[in-house]
Amino acid sequence: MSKASHVYVTYIRATPEKVWSAITDPDLSGRYWGHRNVSEWTVGASWEHRRLDAGKIDLVGTVLESQPPRRLVVSWAFPGDVDKPAKVSRVAFDIDVHKDDMVRLTVSHTDLESGGEMERGITQGWPFVLSSLKSFLETGKGLL
Amino acid sequence: MNPHQNRLDPSSFKPKSVYRTYIAATPDEVWQALIDPAFTKQYFFGLASEVEPRAGGRFRLLWPDGREHITGQVVEWSPPRRLCVSWDIQNMPPFSELPSCLVTWDVEADGAATRLTMTESHNWEIPREIMLGGEEGWPKIISGLKSLLETGKPLAFDMSAGPPPEFVAAVEKAAKEKPWMRK
Repeated sequence: MSKASHVYVTYIRATPEKVWSAITDPDLSGRYWGHRNVSEWTVGASWEHRRLDAGKIDLVGTVLESQPPRRLVVSWAFPGDVDKPAKVSRVAFDIDVHKDDMVRLTVSHTDLESGGEMERGITQGWPFVLSSLKSFLETGKGLL
Repeated sequence: MNPHQNRLDPSSFKPKSVYRTYIAATPDEVWQALIDPAFTKQYFFGLASEVEPRAGGRFRLLWPDGREHITGQVVEWSPPRRLCVSWDIQNMPPFSELPSCLVTWDVEADGAATRLTMTESHNWEIPREIMLGGEEGWPKIISGLKSLLETGKPLAFDMSAGPPPEFVAAVEKAAKEKPWMRK
């Protein structure tokens, strides 16, 4: 099975701590992502991506690395696929200070089933989510 | 250079990389930011754009002292939806040895926001390492454009690190071997 990966780089006028919180705080992620990201964010803990309305869980995974506020790596799957290793992908968030008040956020989504539903979804999804995150941190208002 | 001596066939170019962002602005505002030098100077590393508003017209990006950095032709002019230009680096060996590429901007309303998609297309088997130059630069340009339109303030990048060394090495090699001449 061939695997695909996609990398997205965004520069945001914010501190690494603000970017980390926006990704890991369920109330904040709800405001620009429309989903609460819920976890203890310690290595080995599970995480869930829950819709705001009825709380339906759209994605689940495990925290693989957690170095606040610089690097977070999680596994990433649809809830029904969590026991199928071929369908579990991996997302790394790298938050690097570029200069003064600006960070470079790199999202690397790897181990994707090539041409599968998850790959199709995330190539639509990440550009919007990262744009909305940047707007939220720079203007106080996401794009939802 | 007479652009007619240099007419290129857009259908021979293949998309090699795509960058997309969503901006809280109207398509007309995004279009203006793409073509108006007062905007480009603020988010495109200080470069002023000069676009003749018609297919076949002249396109240039100029340094603050007026020297040319990029020259090309307008391949498609469809305000405010699509701008496609050919793209030749000038006066900067070995980078200016590279053949033309195409840069296409697609601007589409999407809900309350505008979706901006930039596609870089090439008509030769460009090595992966040469694509690194764009991968380093385009996210800065596009992030800066979005910040400028949404906050009124551009992003100030630290350019002291220079281009990635593996990118420079790959361009030097290509400038010497000219692989695009092999057909």
